Amino acid sequence: MGALSNQLLTVAVLTYLVAMVCHAAEYAFGTRGPVARAAARPRRELAAVGAGARGTAAAPEPETAPTTASATPADAKRHALAGRIALAATVVAAVLHVGAVVTRGIAARRMTWGNMYEFVLTLTLVGVVAWLVVLTRRPAIRRLGLFVTLALVLLLGVAGMVLYTPVGPLMPALKSVWFIVHVSMAATASGIFLLGFVTGVIYLLRAGYEQGKRSFPYPLARWAPESEALERLTFRLHAFAFPIWTFAIASGAVWAEAAWGRYWGWDPKETWSFISWVVYAGYLHARATPSVKRRTATWIAILGFLTMMMNLIGVNLFFEGLHSYSGL
Amino acid sequence: MTQVEDRVATTAPPRRVNRFVALLRNGWRQLTSMRTALVLLFLLALAAIPGSVFPQRNVNADDVQAYFREHPRLAPVLDRLGAFDVFASPWFAAVYLLLFTSLVGCILPRTWDHLRALRVGPPGAPRRLERLPQYAVVEDVSGDVAAIATLLRRRRWRVVVRPGTVAAEKGYLKETGNILFHFSLVGILAGVALGSWYGWHGDRLLIAGSDHGFCNTLQQYDQYGLGPRVHATDLPRFCLELVDFEARFHESGQPESYRATVRVEAEGTSRQADFSVNAPLRLDGANVYLIGHGYAPVIRYTDRYGRSQTSVAAFPKSDEMLTSEGVFTFPDANINPETGERDPNAQVAFQGLYLPTVSEDRTVSRSVHPEERSPGLLLVAYRGDLGMETGIPKSVYELDQRQIESGKLVQVGLSKPLRKGEVWTLDDGTTVEFLGTRPFVVLSIRHDPGEKIVLVSAGVLLVGLLMSLAGRRRRVWCRVTPAESSTTNRSSVVEIGGLPRTDYPGFADEFAELVGALKADRATTGHAPRERAGTHEGTD
Repeated sequence: MGALSNQLLTVAVLTYLVAMVCHAAEYAFGTRGPVARAAARPRRELAAVGAGARGTAAAPEPETAPTTASATPADAKRHALAGRIALAATVVAAVLHVGAVVTRGIAARRMTWGNMYEFVLTLTLVGVVAWLVVLTRRPAIRRLGLFVTLALVLLLGVAGMVLYTPVGPLMPALKSVWFIVHVSMAATASGIFLLGFVTGVIYLLRAGYEQGKRSFPYPLARWAPESEALERLTFRLHAFAFPIWTFAIASGAVWAEAAWGRYWGWDPKETWSFISWVVYAGYLHARATPSVKRRTATWIAILGFLTMMMNLIGVNLFFEGLHSYSGL
Repeated sequence: MTQVEDRVATTAPPRRVNRFVALLRNGWRQLTSMRTALVLLFLLALAAIPGSVFPQRNVNADDVQAYFREHPRLAPVLDRLGAFDVFASPWFAAVYLLLFTSLVGCILPRTWDHLRALRVGPPGAPRRLERLPQYAVVEDVSGDVAAIATLLRRRRWRVVVRPGTVAAEKGYLKETGNILFHFSLVGILAGVALGSWYGWHGDRLLIAGSDHGFCNTLQQYDQYGLGPRVHATDLPRFCLELVDFEARFHESGQPESYRATVRVEAEGTSRQADFSVNAPLRLDGANVYLIGHGYAPVIRYTDRYGRSQTSVAAFPKSDEMLTSEGVFTFPDANINPETGERDPNAQVAFQGLYLPTVSEDRTVSRSVHPEERSPGLLLVAYRGDLGMETGIPKSVYELDQRQIESGKLVQVGLSKPLRKGEVWTLDDGTTVEFLGTRPFVVLSIRHDPGEKIVLVSAGVLLVGLLMSLAGRRRRVWCRVTPAESSTTNRSSVVEIGGLPRTDYPGFADEFAELVGALKADRATTGHAPRERAGTHEGTD
């Protein structure tokens, strides 16, 4: 079963990779992609750039118009097909991903949150499920899939190559009901924060693009949805994940009281989850304050995710503490 | 953390104010502003980082000592800056106390505002409703303000009826949740403070057996910490004795489960209790946690005069397979029983290495499994002056290296591996026998009276957070004006304006639905008998 899990994961990562390539194809050759644009309407492009240079979010730029006269319907269909294939590949990969997690759980006869490898596996699964759920509600953001699949491939790649730990039983300290509650909540919150991080980055790119910035990273967001909608999505993801994260910390404190005798002891993992909590609380406050720019607020959210990554990977590798279950 | 929405900045009338008072007031305003609160939040996050980078005394004091040894120059400087006690340092306290002051300074006025809003209800309608984000006009036949109010109330809006207008507001729970969230943070801080003032904890190594019992007094702890408001006599009285300890391991050597059985004596009664990791022993006024375990080998030394002494020494583990190291000391060995004379150079000590499972080829000096499958004790004998009279405190787990270096304590012969029951005869005819082992546990005994406050506050915090994030505050105003253009005198026009007070993309839909409901209501009451409409008007 353990071997099956590893094989399933490999196939899942490859399928995510296929999805990523298809998303990239859609981006590059799609009706709004740079290749199609360069070929079809060099003049309007220049005009659009001129008009969009100081354009606001509300100004309907030609790029954001769903269809343009330049691309033939056949082309449009073909490129939408690439996007749909990418989506289908993501769904297939997600199913394989579920399979990898479940078979590992069966192999170990327990929940698959016992070490860092398994935690990343679960976290990314939550991320991809959240992504698919958001997508059913807002099909327009499909193109963000390029970044979502990129993040998934990177995280799973790191998990498979660096963090891999053979299937093993749980340590006595992890045998508790709180193991299920605390770790599942932490993984769920992390997965949604991951998605919020991706939309946040795209928002910043898109907002820059809408302000007329055309140097390197900004054109990546040419095809992205309107910045205002992205910003709202980013906020809602964070507003959804923050209480879950709060609950994860609180349940961890209850567990720590039973296992270590104190609910809070500034163990490195505790310290960093506190830091993440404070930073995300800062984001929510900044977002609610009219005098703080939305872009500044989003930067705070991105900083928050970096602290989450520091907590997940950095603390396990660099510091010694009570949360030493990484298996490394 | 003021969300500046519609709290009008109170412009004080131009009057002479004491400069100092003005400074104070400006400072207070600055401190309670959202920007300051955000900066303080980030300072708090930033200030916590050193706490994870440097070893902390309250987490692991040994690591701090190791850091001092590794960085003899840097460590004292860092220590003066509080790097090893970050969370108790004045600068960390300054950040969070300022933050909490800012929080309270902001949340109190907001609470008054909110209470007043709850009592008074939504304010009067703005003069030009068409300027609001949502606006609709309904042609009315009766112009019945009370009916509109009833409809809105049925939909759980808080309604205030004024002549010609209806003001309604919904989503008060958002602000309630917001206030709860911030007050619960204060509650958590209060609980933590209470716990650190009135809480205490102590660690104790406990070897199995009735001869190694322990009673809850400070002298019996290996290390302890008392809150500033706790006195040694405040500790609850109870005694513990380790009856049995069971550790199970997987074939790989990874631990599977632990279970400690203790006899508890408190208030004259004696009972037996089991506990383990994740399931502490909860006594009245203290909890007992299992935080470590190991083996304590037992040896019997028979000296030159034939006198036997048995020694049990807890050996701390040095790896996950429970290879354990420790020492046995016999300071009273070789005392002439007739004269009572002590030979200062005939004290005896053994340095031991205990392997619960010796490897089959016996070449590896490490245990291969943590269970006692084929236990072996490797002893190195020393004779001479143990140096115990110097008065310098030293570890009970290793011999005084200075005595060995100065030649006062000399190794006798080579090291000797012993199986259970085996006897080793030293060069002077004395013997040592390996009798077996006893389990030992390391217990942490703690009491924190602030725990419950923190737990309840955390629950309230979560509820408040959910209310504040899920709630949506919005206002609706209806103004009824007689329409001149209308054919009959009785009909009028109802203007409806809607204002979402928080980011709420679904408000337009809700507003449209509400307008639809008002229209439908108008239609039905329009057909209603005139007298009924009249009574409604009379209720104003």
